Amino acid sequence: MNFDDYRGIWIYVEVRDGQVAPVSLELLGAGRALADKRKTELAGVLIGRGVKTVAPTLFQYGADVVYVYDDPIFEHYRTEPYMRALLDCCHKHKPEVILYGATPSGKDLASAIATDLPTGLTADTTILDIEEDTGLLLASRPAFGGNIMATILCKKYRPQMATVRPKVMKALPPDPSRTGRVVEEHIELHEEEMRTKVLEIVRETKKARIDEADIIVAGGKGMGSKEGFQLIHQLAEVLGGAVGASRDVVEAGWIDHHHQVGQTGVTVTPKIYFAIGISGAIQHVVGMQNSELIIAINKDPNAPIFQSCHYGIVGDAFEIVPLLIERFKEEIPKIKAAAGEKEGIANA
Amino acid sequence: MLHIVACIKQVPDTKIIKMNPKTNTMDRASAPAILNPYDAHAVEEAVRLKKKYGGTVSVLTMGPPPAVKAIKKCIELGADEGYMISDRAFAGADTLATSYALTKALEKIAKQRPIDLIICGKMTIDGDTGQVGPGIARRLNIPPLTGVNKVVEVNKEKGYAIVHRKLEDGYEVVKSQLPCLFTVEKDINDISFAPLPNMIKAARYQPTIWTADDLENVDRKQLGLKGSPTIVSKVWAPPKPEGGKILTGTKEQQVDELLSILLEQKELFS
Repeated sequence: MNFDDYRGIWIYVEVRDGQVAPVSLELLGAGRALADKRKTELAGVLIGRGVKTVAPTLFQYGADVVYVYDDPIFEHYRTEPYMRALLDCCHKHKPEVILYGATPSGKDLASAIATDLPTGLTADTTILDIEEDTGLLLASRPAFGGNIMATILCKKYRPQMATVRPKVMKALPPDPSRTGRVVEEHIELHEEEMRTKVLEIVRETKKARIDEADIIVAGGKGMGSKEGFQLIHQLAEVLGGAVGASRDVVEAGWIDHHHQVGQTGVTVTPKIYFAIGISGAIQHVVGMQNSELIIAINKDPNAPIFQSCHYGIVGDAFEIVPLLIERFKEEIPKIKAAAGEKEGIANA
Repeated sequence: MLHIVACIKQVPDTKIIKMNPKTNTMDRASAPAILNPYDAHAVEEAVRLKKKYGGTVSVLTMGPPPAVKAIKKCIELGADEGYMISDRAFAGADTLATSYALTKALEKIAKQRPIDLIICGKMTIDGDTGQVGPGIARRLNIPPLTGVNKVVEVNKEKGYAIVHRKLEDGYEVVKSQLPCLFTVEKDINDISFAPLPNMIKAARYQPTIWTADDLENVDRKQLGLKGSPTIVSKVWAPPKPEGGKILTGTKEQQVDELLSILLEQKELFS
């Protein structure tokens, strides 16, 4: 394998409902830094139906090149056609690095590509760097449930690949003056040869998406029971926030799995994160430590969560939380009224 | 009659594992070895499908000799047969080398009895990658259906399966040809209690154990550490956070102070 043939940093770009997924914009930011260090191009790979329209967005966020596979067969993500397209692109243009979002489809696709090429793949990366002269990718990730950090290398194979946790990397501010090259690619695929078919997509918009909420109220085993956990729901409702949970709460069946924050759940970065009755095991902390403001409430003054919060209250959640609810119920309407008055003045 | 194979792994319980702060290695003795929680749901689902459609559930693992315990656990859950590949040659495998070894074992199992469906847990709690299942599917050239949280139907006669795959904001309903491979989420089912006859069978059960030499057409360069493109170059302890400010005073004073801090961000509440 001649490493000199492999150039450029690629991002596998996910498009949902005609919009570039936030994680892909974050990856363009991270990829731009790697490409600049290697003095090489940053490319986005777009696979889908009618996705060419988002190419200008990718340029604004840092891409120099966009490879596009635009075909009705790519309407919904499916492993087989997407894999065929990306393999085709890899064999033609030989990237040095490919980054994917650690999302359901990103992880699925990256695993298939890595096995097929074959090459190394690092999962759920949270820190990325590259050696300027050798192009060796340094992909670091939490390992063993977040107990340690590990740096993973892939020395003998190209491209080097990693999936990257959403909400960890930072997107660049968009630059409307940036443009780039669109390379339209095509691959011969036939629907009748595809072995899977997406029959229906069901969006569950009713639930506040925990990974997009500005305020998250998360509860742990300290809430005592499913009934006790209702207090978490009540505070979240007053604040207009989403409900989060620790792993043991989910395993106890108090709330379902998509509320789980942490290493085996969702990574969240809200503006305010309440950790109530949560001890603060490392697996939980890795999923919320980048929140802007972390408030911990716990009876045990030695709970590790107090190491990972900005403000803590040592006390019984069943005394503190009702007080909080009561006071918020008094104050929030005042804020809303003041905001409404301002709007009224602006509209007058 | 369906033949379903569940791929499983014995893992240290990372929730209670102690780390040696000097060497940043796991003190494996500090954590009990358990059946990977996601894999328990994979076996449970396989057993439920067997009860619904008829057939056989085999389980397969790669690991050191003590991993037999994880197979026994699967027998308790209702699996019929257990296979284990165990050899120093497999040691140090990353996800690529792991999927290679497991695929060779699956090919050997399929020779004895063709496989209709493979079910894996979505990920292991020690490796945390979710890459082995889809890797096996690619090697066997069968469709991977990752993140399955509901099986609607498996129809061997007509050769298809219909499942729900979990997405970030909902789920999709997918139809796939058989054979195929599922990786399953924890919310796909609740683990049943093992009935007494299963417990008795499990206690006495001895799985089929194969070494690398027992598998066919194995390229040894693709096994274990040698066959692993990724290497761990460095491990370190995650940085210790500095700790927050603990509020003081009466409960009411603490709550008031917290409120004044939070309400500074008016736009969140208006």
